Amino acid sequence: MSARATDDADDAASAADAAGPAGSAGAVGTTTAGPAGKPGGNAQERSPEELREHRRRGRVGMMLVVPGLLFAVAFFAVPVFSLLAMSLYTRPEGAAIGVYEPGLEFGTYAEVLSLYWEAFLRSFGFALIATIAALLIGYPMAYLVAVRLRGKPLLQGLLLVLIIAPFFSSFILRTQSWRLILSDEGVVVGFLKAVAILPEDGRLTATAFAVVCGLTYNFLPFMTLPIYANLERMDLRLIEAGGDLYASPFETFRKVTLPLSMPGVLAGTLLTFIPASGDYVNAVLLGNNQNTTMIGQVIDSRFFRAVDYPQASALSFVLMFAILILVTLYVRRFGTKELV
Amino acid sequence: MTNTVNAADTGGATGAGAPAGGADLRLESITKRFGDYLAVDDLDLRVPAGRFFALLGPSGCGKTTTLRMIAGLEHPTRGRILIGDEDVTATRAHQRNVNTVFQNYALFPHLSILENVAFGLRRRRVADAEARAREALALVELDHLSARRPAQLSGGQQQRVALARAVVNRPHVLLLDEPLGALDMKLRRQMQTELKTIQHEVGLTFIHVTHDQEEAMTMADTVAVMNAGRIEQIGPPEELYDLPRTAFVANFLGKSNLFTAQVSGSTGDWLELGFGPHLTRLPAARAVQSNGQVIAGIRPEKIVAVRPGEPGPGEHGWTKVSGGRVLSTSYTGVSTEYTVDVPGAGEFEVFSQNLRSEVFAEGAEVDLWWDERNVFGLPGDSDTEAGVEEV
Repeated sequence: MSARATDDADDAASAADAAGPAGSAGAVGTTTAGPAGKPGGNAQERSPEELREHRRRGRVGMMLVVPGLLFAVAFFAVPVFSLLAMSLYTRPEGAAIGVYEPGLEFGTYAEVLSLYWEAFLRSFGFALIATIAALLIGYPMAYLVAVRLRGKPLLQGLLLVLIIAPFFSSFILRTQSWRLILSDEGVVVGFLKAVAILPEDGRLTATAFAVVCGLTYNFLPFMTLPIYANLERMDLRLIEAGGDLYASPFETFRKVTLPLSMPGVLAGTLLTFIPASGDYVNAVLLGNNQNTTMIGQVIDSRFFRAVDYPQASALSFVLMFAILILVTLYVRRFGTKELV
Repeated sequence: MTNTVNAADTGGATGAGAPAGGADLRLESITKRFGDYLAVDDLDLRVPAGRFFALLGPSGCGKTTTLRMIAGLEHPTRGRILIGDEDVTATRAHQRNVNTVFQNYALFPHLSILENVAFGLRRRRVADAEARAREALALVELDHLSARRPAQLSGGQQQRVALARAVVNRPHVLLLDEPLGALDMKLRRQMQTELKTIQHEVGLTFIHVTHDQEEAMTMADTVAVMNAGRIEQIGPPEELYDLPRTAFVANFLGKSNLFTAQVSGSTGDWLELGFGPHLTRLPAARAVQSNGQVIAGIRPEKIVAVRPGEPGPGEHGWTKVSGGRVLSTSYTGVSTEYTVDVPGAGEFEVFSQNLRSEVFAEGAEVDLWWDERNVFGLPGDSDTEAGVEEV
């Protein structure tokens, strides 16, 4: 790779050399002396028409960006800043509950981390397992629709609708129904007990398993759709080429299809992991209050029940920051910038 | 079959350790149906090892399907495929010692040029995959680009990488699916020559699918003309061009003037033909049918147009058709193409090499002359329009 880079540099250098003498001989500017009467000319030379066009494009671009910029400032930058400020508020001596005043109380961060580190770890753990599970379920679904059913638009459309259909019904309702599915008298528990995977007194409701099931289910489309979008564009002749070059179907998948779909996998895992780690509805509806508490629940209870705004803000900030770091590391490691 | 390249001659050049050169390829009554559509119809074919073989035909004639069946990307509805003495009909693509240069090259965009070329070797756990891949890239003169990605290469370079990626595996049979279709004319010419040189160097059996008759004739030592799922005629390009046996071949491979004629008699090795008020002859050996109504043919460049009454190019063995009138003239520099109307016989295409600067104007009267040894005879019930403008 480095050798190649040197070659390129050499090429560029020799090209510059070749251009050099001609340039110094004054051959560059003489052909295009502008009507404005600028003699000589150089690389920056522009006619008035060109300059006007350039300015006009600049203005139009600016105007198109302004609304989005205003929106981002009003609804992202300002709230983040006020969240940060709120997390540093102090509680004055003897003040009533929920009354705080501006300050620089960094101790709140140490406090929430020592109190709730377990919930943080659990949230990321659940989100990670749910992301992996969604990938294992979502990838084959996306592959089926995008690759195997290529050229059968009717079937493809039907299956895509089935993937998206859950979005048409209420999030809460769908999560609730998982309680029914996993209930003690339900089919799933009955079957698992029958094959002795689950002990006689075992249950699935109000367990970590149920929460992860809910997370996986709810965020599955966010995993499936980006992978589908990616695979759908893939040239199937590449798969044929793999087979033609002695790769078994599995090897072709491992060496060709999977690497080519990495941008979709990356997008899907991020779209699943980020909201899943901050989610609290699944933990509330499908978990218990001992060993399934996720950080979203903690923030909720600090904010609405304990009315401890600085703690809730500090937790939110830590969550944001932790996700930012995790995602950065992940993208650095698996980023697919080199893909065309 | 005039060409006698064989595997034994060229096997040594392919390098030690690699599977020996090419192998014979045999297709035995191959049929392929897609639903109701019959793509390939009871095809028999034998390609000796080391040949550069072209499957030529218009789109939809079944040539690509045939190629895909050889590659193992499609499976025949009926029939057998043999490579060497091995029946590979039931094997899948990755189990066959066959490689393809795909029409759009199908280079892996996520791999470097070197890794693209080494792909097949690595799958077969060849020890010195990288060194061999570099050799193959050197063969196509692209070793200096081995670290690049396919998207950074021009069309011609990608084509050569695709070729290197296939050749490096030293397959028994190498398949080329219209590999030059996406290139511009100049690059095409250049690649045609290079492909031929490389085939000569490595001595593999090349099967080249194309709809471009010029490409097929320039490159291949044997050409099979396909039409509607069947092979119309097989032979060396000169033979196919000189003596087409069907109207389709006559029209698809170059151009032909086909006209209906009556066999009026025979003298020795010659058949005498009457068409309209005119007479001509053709060698009996060049006629598919030797009595009744036949379709006679003559290539446009074999016809000489002269001013009325002027002497023709020869006396004995030449036919003179007088009373022609030039309908249209198309000057191409090297030659001039005329359409000449001959009363009672129809229109004739004439390609006249511009030996002199004289060009007949539209409406000019001309006599047409041709050497009777160049006439060929087709069955009387042939469709004279078959294969015209189907490219």
